[in-house]
Amino acid sequence: MRTTLARRIVTAGLRGFYRNRTVSLSSIFILTITLSIMTAFFIFHAIFNYTLEQVTEKVDVRIYFTTDATDSEINDVKARIVGLPEVKSVTLTTRDQALADFRDKHAGDQLTLQALDELGTNPFGASLSVVAKDTSQYQAIADQLSGDSGLLGGSQGSVDKINYYQLKDSIDKLNNIIGWTNTVGFWISLVFVLMSCMIVYNTIRLAIFVYRDEIAVMKLVGASNMFIRGPFIVEATLYALVATLITLIFYWPATIWVTKKTVFFFEGLNLHSYYVSHIFQLGGILLLSGIILSVISSLLAVRKYLNI
Amino acid sequence: MLYFDKVSKEYENGTKVIDDISLTIHPGELVSIVGHSGAGKTTLIKLLLAEEHPTSGKVHFHSEDIHKLRGKDMTNYRRKVGVVFQDFRLIPNKTAYENVAFAMEAAGKHDDDIREDVPHVLDLVDLKDKMHHFPHQLSGGEQQRVAIARAIINRPEIIIADEPTGNLDPLNTYDIVQILKKINDLGTTVILTTHNKGIVDNLGRRVITMEDGRVTRDQKSGKFTM
Repeated sequence: MRTTLARRIVTAGLRGFYRNRTVSLSSIFILTITLSIMTAFFIFHAIFNYTLEQVTEKVDVRIYFTTDATDSEINDVKARIVGLPEVKSVTLTTRDQALADFRDKHAGDQLTLQALDELGTNPFGASLSVVAKDTSQYQAIADQLSGDSGLLGGSQGSVDKINYYQLKDSIDKLNNIIGWTNTVGFWISLVFVLMSCMIVYNTIRLAIFVYRDEIAVMKLVGASNMFIRGPFIVEATLYALVATLITLIFYWPATIWVTKKTVFFFEGLNLHSYYVSHIFQLGGILLLSGIILSVISSLLAVRKYLNI
Repeated sequence: MLYFDKVSKEYENGTKVIDDISLTIHPGELVSIVGHSGAGKTTLIKLLLAEEHPTSGKVHFHSEDIHKLRGKDMTNYRRKVGVVFQDFRLIPNKTAYENVAFAMEAAGKHDDDIREDVPHVLDLVDLKDKMHHFPHQLSGGEQQRVAIARAIINRPEIIIADEPTGNLDPLNTYDIVQILKKINDLGTTVILTTHNKGIVDNLGRRVITMEDGRVTRDQKSGKFTM
């Protein structure tokens, strides 16, 4: 009995979807615009995260050792820092590497290189680059590295300087920007999503308004509420399915085009590859959002006409 | 079978459209309800279909107060009452066959019964050849015959026809009345509201005359008199 009812509801929904093409197309059109806005946010979010990652990766706390620090002292400090929960990575630059880097950097500057040669010894100490898991955690790392906590232990004397305090202002500024952007981004997304929901709801409400007399007749010939609502739910699900497919297809060439235009700007970020690698995740989110949005809109719109 | 017990209906603006009506309709009767526009005929039908609720009084179907029915009970009651409207009220995006089948599907009838009964009933109203036509592809008379087929398909106990010939030419009017008469001859109670004197006089059955929301005359074998 239930299978028969489900089959009849699905058949009626499919028929209604096909026969009321104008209504179906207008609902799909509006839903596609809404899902496109959501996809745009998804992509902007990826760009924003990538840019943020690029910036934050450039930020590190650097511990400079004195030139006479021994390898065991340096490795000892490195081992202690790696153990900190806030630390994402620690990279060691040896004295020789520091010298080579300096030479590469000033390859065209003969005067500087000559001065370096005249010194006869390597003036650079080794250094450790400490990257935190979150930019807000640099303060905590720097605090633990400072003398009071005793993290550096007996190796304290081999540390020449820690550059966090020179970078503090920039890191604080960056943290502020991240916090501000996240808050503003959240509210803008929320406003856009709410606006889109209202537009979809009103479109579907208008579409169902056309059927108000039919719904009344269905009630009067003895149809149950479920039997009347069911086909509208099926139709709304189909709107979401088609709108999701159109949105995904539309963004395929769109991301190729945007990638071509921004490849120099976002060096290392291939938007199209990102889109392709996340297409199932995105498709799932869009389909689910579309179904929830259109089905709830349909149910609310139909409910009004079932009260006879 | 149907019993109106001191039923009144008054709208919020104070207009009294039904005024203290008490009447009984027995099984197998063919009752014509006549009266001028605004006499209260359509409101009486709406009260019967529970589209409207009375301000006071009760409408009983067998022993049940129909305005107290809810959910499944209301759905079951409506399946026992076939209804035909002046403006046909067919579902426009369904064919004649689908419109009739819808009532059976809604009642949870088996597919085999639907496949057997719908063409048979459409044949009864002489529309077998046009069963796959959409309402807009049918004439007014044909649409009304589809509406009658839909109303009788579940073998209801009562058929309520609210001005069923109001939008039809004399020839189609005659056909529709003959169909309703046939349905009544087969034992179904028929309640018919009409303005058409010819129909009422030719039927020669019970006539209830309404005026200003009241029953002014109730004749067992009456004529159209106002």
